[in-house]
Order: sequence, then C-alpha cells, then structure tokens
Amino acid sequence: MVAVLFSVSVLVYVVFILVPGGDPAERMAGKNPLPANIVNIRKKWGFDKPFYVQYVKMMQKAGNGLIGKTGEYDILTSFQTRQNVVHEIKRGIPVTMSLCIGAGIIWLFFGILVGFFSAVTAGRWSDRLITTFALIGVSMPVAWLAVMLRYFLAEKPTNPIFPDGEYVPLTADPVQWAYHLLLPWFCLSVLFIGFYGRVLRSNMLDAMNEEYVRTAKAKGLSGKSILLRHVLRNSLIPIVTLFGLDFAAVLGGGAILTETVFDLKGVGWYAAQSVGDLDLPPIMGVTLYGAFFIVVFSAVVDFLYAFLDPRIRPT
Amino acid sequence: MAERLLEVKGLKVRFTTEDGIVRAVDGVSFELDRGSVFGIVGESGSGKSVTAMTILGLTRDKNTTFEGEVIYKGQNLLALPESHLRDVRGNEIAMIFQDPMTSLNPVYKVGDQIIEAITTHEDVSKSGAKRRAVELLRQVGIPNANTRVDDYPHQFSGGMRQRAMIAMALSCNPDILIADEPTTALDVTIQAQILELIDRLKDDFDSAVILITHDLGVVADVADEVVVMYAGRVVERAAKRDVFYDPQHPYTWGLLGSIPRLDRPKPEKLHSIKGMPPSLINLPKGCKFRPRCPHAFEKCEEEPGLDQRVEERGHLDRCWLSVEEKRRIRERTIVGEAVA
Repeated sequence: MVAVLFSVSVLVYVVFILVPGGDPAERMAGKNPLPANIVNIRKKWGFDKPFYVQYVKMMQKAGNGLIGKTGEYDILTSFQTRQNVVHEIKRGIPVTMSLCIGAGIIWLFFGILVGFFSAVTAGRWSDRLITTFALIGVSMPVAWLAVMLRYFLAEKPTNPIFPDGEYVPLTADPVQWAYHLLLPWFCLSVLFIGFYGRVLRSNMLDAMNEEYVRTAKAKGLSGKSILLRHVLRNSLIPIVTLFGLDFAAVLGGGAILTETVFDLKGVGWYAAQSVGDLDLPPIMGVTLYGAFFIVVFSAVVDFLYAFLDPRIRPT
Repeated sequence: MAERLLEVKGLKVRFTTEDGIVRAVDGVSFELDRGSVFGIVGESGSGKSVTAMTILGLTRDKNTTFEGEVIYKGQNLLALPESHLRDVRGNEIAMIFQDPMTSLNPVYKVGDQIIEAITTHEDVSKSGAKRRAVELLRQVGIPNANTRVDDYPHQFSGGMRQRAMIAMALSCNPDILIADEPTTALDVTIQAQILELIDRLKDDFDSAVILITHDLGVVADVADEVVVMYAGRVVERAAKRDVFYDPQHPYTWGLLGSIPRLDRPKPEKLHSIKGMPPSLINLPKGCKFRPRCPHAFEKCEEEPGLDQRVEERGHLDRCWLSVEEKRRIRERTIVGEAVA
C-alpha cells in the first residue's frame, strides 16, 4: 500500500512538473508580476530547491497535516488559496460519502435487479426493453445527464420538483439530506446500473448453462431456488469485484462531474477546482486520498472474493 | 417377475432450431424392471442422453416437442406438469452426469448440496439431513465422511466427486437412477470402481439403473439388457449376453470391433466405423446406417423395422441381412484381420 501510494504521488508530481504553465510561482504572483516578486515567492515557498527536495518536503507537510499539526509552514497548503489541503479534503468527505454511499446502494440494488430480470426474461420484450435502457444509460454522458436533470427538474423558476444543488448534512435533516441528493444519486448511478445489469445478465445466462444448474434441476429444485441459490449466487461474484473498485473510485473523488454539476462541494468538486487552477498540493492530496481508497477496497474485494468463492480460499 | 418400474413407449423428441427440425430421438421404446441395469449404448448424437434427460423432463423447452409416453407409476411423465415432475426428480428418479468436475456447484459445500437434495423432498431437519449426507458419503466410499462432508467440490478428486454425485442422487432413495456416461470423464481405474459402486448400491437401495454410455465395455460389466442406439432410434436390443455373443446389427459389430481386446489376437488395425453419424435434420432414406454400412444392399433403401429375427426372444434388430449371412460376415468386423 505504501508502495502504491508512493508511486502514485511521484507520478502526480512528475506530471505536474512537466505540464506547461505549471510553475506555481508565476501563477501565484498574479497577473503582470514584477520579476522580483516571482523570485521572492520562489524563495519563500522553496520552489528554487531541487524537485526531489520539494517532493520530500511536500510529503512531510502532508503527513503533518494528517496528524493534526497546524502552522502555516508545517502543513500542506494550497498554492492558490493557502488553505490547508487535508482540512479541505476532510470537509469534502461527508458530502462525497453521502453521495457515493447512497448512489452505490442504488446502483448495486438496481443493477442486480435489472440484470436478474433481463436474464430471467432473456429474449422476450421485457429483456429487450431493459437492454435498450441499459445501453442508453451506459452511453449517456454523465455531465450532459446531470445538466439536463438539474435544468429541467431543479432549476425551473416555478415549482421545481427538486431542490437545486446545496448539500444538507445528514445530521441536520435526514429528509432534506436525501431529498437534495436524489438527483445526484440518480445521475451517478445510471451508468453503473446499465453496466452492472448487462454484466449480470450475461453472467447469469452463462451460469444457466452450467452443468451444476442441470444437476440442481435434476435434484427437483424449484425454478426459483435454482435461480437464486445456484444461478444468481454464482453470477454475483464478479459483480462484487466490479462494485468494490467502482465504489472506491467514486469515493476517492471520481464523481467529479456529478459533484461539479450539482454544486456538491465534495472531494471530487475540490479535485476539479484544483485541477483547473493547476494547484499541485490539493491535486496531490486528492490523488493520494483516492489512491488510498482504491488500495483499501482492492484488499476488501480480495477478502470478499475469498469469502464468496471457496476455490480461492487458502486452505 | 420383477416389478415394472418404467415404460418408455415410442418416444420421439424433436428440437426446432434455426437450421431445421432435429429428430434427436425417433421412436424409442423400452421397459425397466426393479433391480435391473439397463444399458443404452451409442455414439455422440445418437439420442441416448436426450432420451434419458427427457424421462426427467430436463429437455423441456418451448422449442422441443415430444411424442410417445414415459410411464412411471401409472402416470405419463411427458404430460406431467412441471410442478408435479419436480417431486419425481431427484426423489423417485435421480440422475448423475458425465462430468463430475462441473456437475457440482463450486461455491457450496458437498454436504450442503446433498442436504439440499434431501430437504427439497423430505421434511427433515438440517441436522438430520446432514447426518444422512455423512452416511451416504460413507456408503459411496468417501473416507472420513464426517469431515469431508464440509469440503468444497474442488477439494475432492474427480472420482470422489462422482461418488458424491451418486450419494446425492441416492439421497432420497430413488426407484430409478439414470447414469449418463458416469465414467467417461474418469480414469480407467476409477471407472471400474464407480461401476461396481453403482451396481452394488442398486441392490442396497433396491432400485433400477439406466446406464448410458458410448462404451460397450462399460455395459459388459454391469448391464442386464442393452439397447444400441443410432441416429435417434434403437437399432438393436438384446440381453447383454446376446449383444456380445450374437450381435445382429452391423453398427453393433462396429462398436464391438472398436474396443481393444486383450483376449483376442491383435488386429492389424483397430476397427473404426467409416464416415460420420448422419445429420439429425436430414436423415438418410431407408436404414439410417446404410451410408456407413459396408454390407448395405438394395433392400436397405427401405427402413427395416425393429423386429425379432433370431431365435432368442426379446432380441430385436433393424437389419435386412439374413441371420446366417450376418453370423458369417460379422467376425471380420468384430475381430478384425488378425496379424499374419
């Protein structure tokens, strides 16, 4: 895990150095700066040091921020806003968590439902209908969908069906919390529902042709228990892997588009802002935060996988 | 006379496919008595597995049509609604399949899969079912059955899995056990053990066995009566002894000739039946074996019925050749040209 995080941070750093117009001193000095000013900033922020020194310092600062140190020069602060990066990310976490956990539950539930239903009715009109919707869902750009939803359902001047943007903390008012998040949840889930539905459908159709399903039938099991106990159970295993990684990705700030369009000031939104500003410390912070979730969830998926599939359990 | 368990009368199974109608089974009849082992022999695509699966309704599909009757305990299984047929499946007629590697669900414990079979048909507690699963595993010769019951299929060897399948099939004490190529996927040494096991358990459980195989050697071990199937129909039917010592159909000769034998002079080349089995969509006119038969003559353009042509009662075949002619020419196919 340390190795992964280290490589990710180095990569981000290198990319940042290579990006044209990335010199933070010039950007911080503002428009039409005095050359002396730039030099000053370079010195003060340590941009004149060799890049590896800067890198080590940055990592130290990030670490300090995590263990709760304060003080302007001890912690990782944004070049642009001078704000504590760790602090900013922490502030975004409840929003992102609310968005992702809600959406995750929705897409997992509906993805399985849709996949199950279309596999069971494979070839009939209901399956075709679901397939069509799934394909639309998969191919619809999230940004476009989000903008459309927001425009038509939330931004109407008269009687909008949904509130426009704004995050209401769960602790403050659970009903408003859910109400405000409904559209973003839907938006984030649509693609995954379509995708999971398709994957599960084909998994289940494969499983139905397995010989153990024929065995189950020959045992005299009812159609329902064959489907649930033998077909669905075995088909869900790959879905778990997909879900673990997708969920980690959105949790780690991957819901950039949804968060940005709906003005949800979560980690993804923060990432979008920082990238726009070419602001290295927050980009670094958000990337490491995201990588952390990916690594953790990969491990979780591995454990879950072993739990679900006895064949890969160590004996 | 033993109790008649099953009667298959003029069974026809047709699959409608994009390429046409596949006549997978075309008029098969036989009877099964308690305590007997009935062998169905034929090559791939001869309809033997479809026949067996149809008995249990496993071939039911909107693209499948059936004709004829499968009478079990006075009711026609072909016409039985699915919900009633479920009570028969696994309970009164059980089935084991060719490949034990894939016939068990990899994510459930072997014991749980046996328990599932028991609790589906009987109102027993889980612990009671488990005790029975252990006992069954012991009966089929799994060592340390009380701990192996909690193993997963991948922890079993191929032979053990087939034993577990047999245990599962016998869990509800069925009248009939259908074994569809039960030894094909196993090592030769294990094959004999499994066959012996099936034969012994048939007596222990007082049931009858339908043994499906492409290997006459397997039938030679355990079957009482044999039908040889070709292109969806029975071409010869006889007691086991007669199939081996007085075979009437050239296809049977071909099958016999293609088994390597240690008790006969070594042939120059092991016999093989020329050509390919016919397409079940476009069957040849007349005798279905005619295009591959080295002894075909004009009369074969008309299909022979399955009739008794030899003295032995119940020995039926579909071949126009005279019995004398057959007895004269068959040795060449069966034994082959001996090495000079």
